[in-house]
Amino acid sequence: MKKLAIVPALNEERAIGGVIDEIKAFDPTFDVLVIDDGSHDNTAENAAAHGARVVRLPYNLGIGGSVQTGFRYAFTRGYDLVARVDGDGQHDPSQLSALMPVVLAGQADICVGSRFAGPGGYRSSGVRRIGIRILAGTVSLLTGQRVTDTTSGFQVLNRRAIALFAQDYPHDYPEVEAAVMLHKHRLRLAEVPVTMRERAHGNSSITALRSVYYMTKVLLAVAVAMFRRRATPLEDA
Amino acid sequence: MILAGQTPLKVSIAATLASLLLLGVVFELIRSRRLRERYALLWVLTGVVLVVLSAWRGGLNTIAGWVGVETYPPAVLFAVALLFILAVLLHYSTVLSKVTDDNVILAQRVALLELEISELRAAGPPEEQAPSPSRAAAPAAPTR
Repeated sequence: MKKLAIVPALNEERAIGGVIDEIKAFDPTFDVLVIDDGSHDNTAENAAAHGARVVRLPYNLGIGGSVQTGFRYAFTRGYDLVARVDGDGQHDPSQLSALMPVVLAGQADICVGSRFAGPGGYRSSGVRRIGIRILAGTVSLLTGQRVTDTTSGFQVLNRRAIALFAQDYPHDYPEVEAAVMLHKHRLRLAEVPVTMRERAHGNSSITALRSVYYMTKVLLAVAVAMFRRRATPLEDA
Repeated sequence: MILAGQTPLKVSIAATLASLLLLGVVFELIRSRRLRERYALLWVLTGVVLVVLSAWRGGLNTIAGWVGVETYPPAVLFAVALLFILAVLLHYSTVLSKVTDDNVILAQRVALLELEISELRAAGPPEEQAPSPSRAAAPAAPTR
């Protein structure tokens, strides 16, 4: 079984090496692909120094475009399983041990690590928490399934999900719209409780004011996504 | 004092000239290949409609009557022009969206190809490629 860890990173030169080492420590059979979304620091060099393959996007595409680059790579190179781990170090790769069995056992096509599904020490600011609540409520309503964390980028996907997202993946805050897409394509999503770490370095890309803007945009995107034509997943040759 | 429900001749002449000028500029832009026909279509349509409505005063008065503009028919001319400008702008938004999507795909392809090239380089030039299995970098052929 070919396994790939997709690590999107933007200006994470200090955190990226540790993330790669932790993934290798968790499971050395993982190939690690870092997607450098137009960083201005040594993210790419440090990632390569820690033994990752590095895709350098020519300019910033945002999180959706970066992650989709990874899915395209995984699809064309014939990977069976993808783990998504953020490059800022907030995800603990050892907790993939909770996510992977769900997908490997065929219980779900994508398994998401949720900060809110179980006991966890995660705290976020007030505005963000309300935003996350509203998004989770909307997605739960639309998909008819209880979803608690629609903003988590800590995920494990099987080949069916890889094929779909290689073809079509939403742009900003992609996890929310992706949940709706999965539902429309009748792929199964499961959540597993995880704990996330405080960011070691750098700042989150989302500030309070921007989270309001993003939430409005995402809600619009989700509403439209319900009426969109279904994308055709890439076919295995 | 303007007669109610009539288009003044001067307004008609001025509007016709302005519309013809627009058509002329659009035509010149297409001729000199600075405007693709695909994007020019809406502009040509805008120009033609404006010329017709400007020059044909009876028609403009009649249409104004239909839509309830009783005092000053040229107002219909503004409304039609505005509507077409909105259509052109909306068209631009769709074009811009498509270009953005295309750019994303292009950036992804370029980045993935660069990785592939660097992997091939690392594997060594074909003539001196020693059969060392440890250095065989990701030989899985792309599926398409």
